[in-house]
Amino acid sequence: MLDGRSLIKRRAGARLWLAGLWLGGLFAAALAAPLIAPQDPLAQDLFLGRMPPFWMAGAEPGYYLGTDSLGRDVLSRILYGARIAFLVAIVAGSLTCLIGAGLGLAAGFLRGWVDLAVSRLIDIWMAFPPVLFAILLIAVMGPGLFSIVLAIVVIDWTRFARVVRAEAMAQGAMDYVASAEVAGRSRLSTMIVEILPNVLPTIVVLLTLEMGIAVIVEAILSFVNLSISTDDPTWGGMIAEGRTSIHQAWWVIVFPLITLFLTVLSFSQLGEGLKDRFDPVLR
Amino acid sequence: MADLYELTDVRLALPDMTRKPFLGAAPRTEILKGLSFSIGRGEILGIVGGSGSGKSTLGRCLVRLLEPTGGQIRFDGVDITHLDASQLRPLRRRFQMIFQDPMSSLNPRHKVGQLISAPLRLHGAHQPDRAAILALEQVGLPRSFADRYPHELSGGQRQRVGIARAIALKPEFILADEIVSGLDVSSQAQVLNLLDELVRDLGLTLAFISHDLSVIRRLCSRVLVLYKGEIVENAATADVFAAPKADYTRALLDAIPLPDPDQVWA
Repeated sequence: MLDGRSLIKRRAGARLWLAGLWLGGLFAAALAAPLIAPQDPLAQDLFLGRMPPFWMAGAEPGYYLGTDSLGRDVLSRILYGARIAFLVAIVAGSLTCLIGAGLGLAAGFLRGWVDLAVSRLIDIWMAFPPVLFAILLIAVMGPGLFSIVLAIVVIDWTRFARVVRAEAMAQGAMDYVASAEVAGRSRLSTMIVEILPNVLPTIVVLLTLEMGIAVIVEAILSFVNLSISTDDPTWGGMIAEGRTSIHQAWWVIVFPLITLFLTVLSFSQLGEGLKDRFDPVLR
Repeated sequence: MADLYELTDVRLALPDMTRKPFLGAAPRTEILKGLSFSIGRGEILGIVGGSGSGKSTLGRCLVRLLEPTGGQIRFDGVDITHLDASQLRPLRRRFQMIFQDPMSSLNPRHKVGQLISAPLRLHGAHQPDRAAILALEQVGLPRSFADRYPHELSGGQRQRVGIARAIALKPEFILADEIVSGLDVSSQAQVLNLLDELVRDLGLTLAFISHDLSVIRRLCSRVLVLYKGEIVENAATADVFAAPKADYTRALLDAIPLPDPDQVWA
């Protein structure tokens, strides 16, 4: 028998593929950076300063996207920067997700004192200005990859907790929870076996969004020089450098910006596409 | 032999948040106002009443989804009124429930096979998957349905899965809460016939909650009429339909559409 639902076939199609292609390609390139990068990302050569990208007059062979003011290859630096961006996105994103979603799920489903404690904690957390909080945290702990990841987790777990809590509350009111209770399932087991699969699509979407946010936060922090050491190539650091010479060498800022933009966009589109795929009711 | 369920002066009061003053505790509203009755083994008891009469609340007390605030519920001689979750667990497989809306009571993320076998697994049944297939066949669904998701089924099929889930545990008592009110008339008849058959074959005791007296008449041997949290009638179905005692029952009976009403269309 038909009931309209099976007729709704949302095609995840193009955006899922494009986003996946970009992220997959960039991820592979980041992994293989030592093999495929045309130049050493740290090698300076003042004679090769501010060389334009390959299609412009005066380009230097082997430096496809030009060089910055210290003669470092932009393409190689973008590739090595991708390693840091992905590392931060994956580690910080998953940790944030784990902590935030776990607390949100427990608060929304178990209610009672758990909910009270988590909700108050969220309220208090949200009253801090996030960027200042991050800068303060890194100033205290010193710059470094670990500090960045910690800053993102500490600031952003509320994003997961709030949404997952609301979702778990809505799911908790469904009869299948009562049905599980009649069947003799314990509260904790109900939370994991019955509720979690139903909030998972939301969590996946949030996770991909969070990965995009983590990339941006890392870029912001390296833009203000609070990320890892200035020598290491990061997209934010490149943008900061490129800003000073935007009139003489636009390519130094534009290429990392485009990469950053496409990556963050792809993460959010991937989330939307995956949500459609994940939902058996829509499938 | 003693009755399966014995209820004495069961009361339930919940805080009424709509009348809660700005400061201080919400006043409590009595939903069940002292109900006493019993359900005999093998009996099919109909529980009727308008919306807000407390019939679903009473049902949820019977399977202890709710804890009464007063009185006593005895199941097979055991006082289950205030047992906590862990004390109830071994008893759970003996009283099961079928819900009104299978779209909500069947987890949309689990396949039909899992939905039926999960309670069996929880109670450590032998070969839960085979038992699940067996239950599917008992409710007249092909075994291939075990691999489907609830949203892929029709309303009537979903409710059959709900029934299969309840009977798979081989309980002594099943509570059916408005289980046909979401179905069209022909599916209603099929589900009712199926339930009737199963109850007889398996020797179950059934409490059937409905607001529809014609459905009750078709199925039940005894009727309990609830009005605003109190029992206004408790008698054999035939007696209730022939000579209703309470005014409210008469009003309910008058509300049943007759098969051959005045010929206004002619």
